[in-house]
Amino acid sequence: MEGLIGRKIGMTSVFTEEGKNIACTVVEAGPCVVTQVKTDDSDNYNALQLGFGEAKEKRTTKPMKGHFDKSGTTPKRKLVEFRDCELEKSLGDTVTVADVFEEGDKVSVVGNSKGKGFQGVVKRHNFRGVGDATHGQHNRLRAPGSIGAASYPARVFKGMRMAGRTGNKRVKTQNLQILKIYPEKNLLLITGAIPGHKGAYVIIEK
Amino acid sequence: MSNLMNYVVEQAKRETKFPKFKPGDNVTVGYKIIEGSKERIQAFRGDVIQINGEGLTKTFTVRKMSNGVGVERIFPMQAPTIVDIKINKFGRVRRAKLYYLRERVGKKARIKERKFIKKN
Repeated sequence: MEGLIGRKIGMTSVFTEEGKNIACTVVEAGPCVVTQVKTDDSDNYNALQLGFGEAKEKRTTKPMKGHFDKSGTTPKRKLVEFRDCELEKSLGDTVTVADVFEEGDKVSVVGNSKGKGFQGVVKRHNFRGVGDATHGQHNRLRAPGSIGAASYPARVFKGMRMAGRTGNKRVKTQNLQILKIYPEKNLLLITGAIPGHKGAYVIIEK
Repeated sequence: MSNLMNYVVEQAKRETKFPKFKPGDNVTVGYKIIEGSKERIQAFRGDVIQINGEGLTKTFTVRKMSNGVGVERIFPMQAPTIVDIKINKFGRVRRAKLYYLRERVGKKARIKERKFIKKN
């Protein structure tokens, strides 16, 4: 699987030639550096490890510095492995947007969603809440309702969906399309929304 | 907006030669509508009551009275369906969003015209 590491810039909308207005996200993708090449012989699987984003030298640990020295690059913020990547790149090569993507490609984007704090079941698990505002519903419009039976089983089952910390989780958005590529600035225009805040690191997979 | 965002806006912008207008101005917007396989241009004349957003998502709202009913239409600045914008009158208004016009009918809903007096 080919892909790149990128940074979310923000959202906007563009008109197609047919006059359709499409919401899209601007992503700065790459250039990434190949920091490790894994093969069947060395690691029992094939993968390319890519690095993206400058990291401060003094914040990089010595073992990681050694790792970056092997590929002859400066320390990177983000390292991601792409399994069975068919790009023909060797250690220390740079991978740019044009190497990986073409306009019209279907992609999925992986990222950390925005943290929403402690949320109720309506927002967190898409419960519908109580349908009526009247008929005895005093202050339980968004309540979860029953969470189980009575003396049998006399407990709440594990994994019962309840209120709690929401967001800030690894999320993959699938079936997005690349509308446009600006190779001179390493920019991608991807249809729809992608996980994370502006400036968040994302993985764009083909 | 960040530099990279500005770059995308610059690149994706549609080149237009429409005159500059402000809230309060009376404009005629010509826009394409597709009826089956036919394409024709329809005109919408009214007062601009707001200009919203920036970059590629900038829009303007035109309000007119049609048979005693107020009609508002929001046009995206970048819409390829807009063929032509003509300014009929420049208005003198004191705010950017003219929502107060919605509560007014008849003579009260008029906008004073901005007159240009030549110096000397």
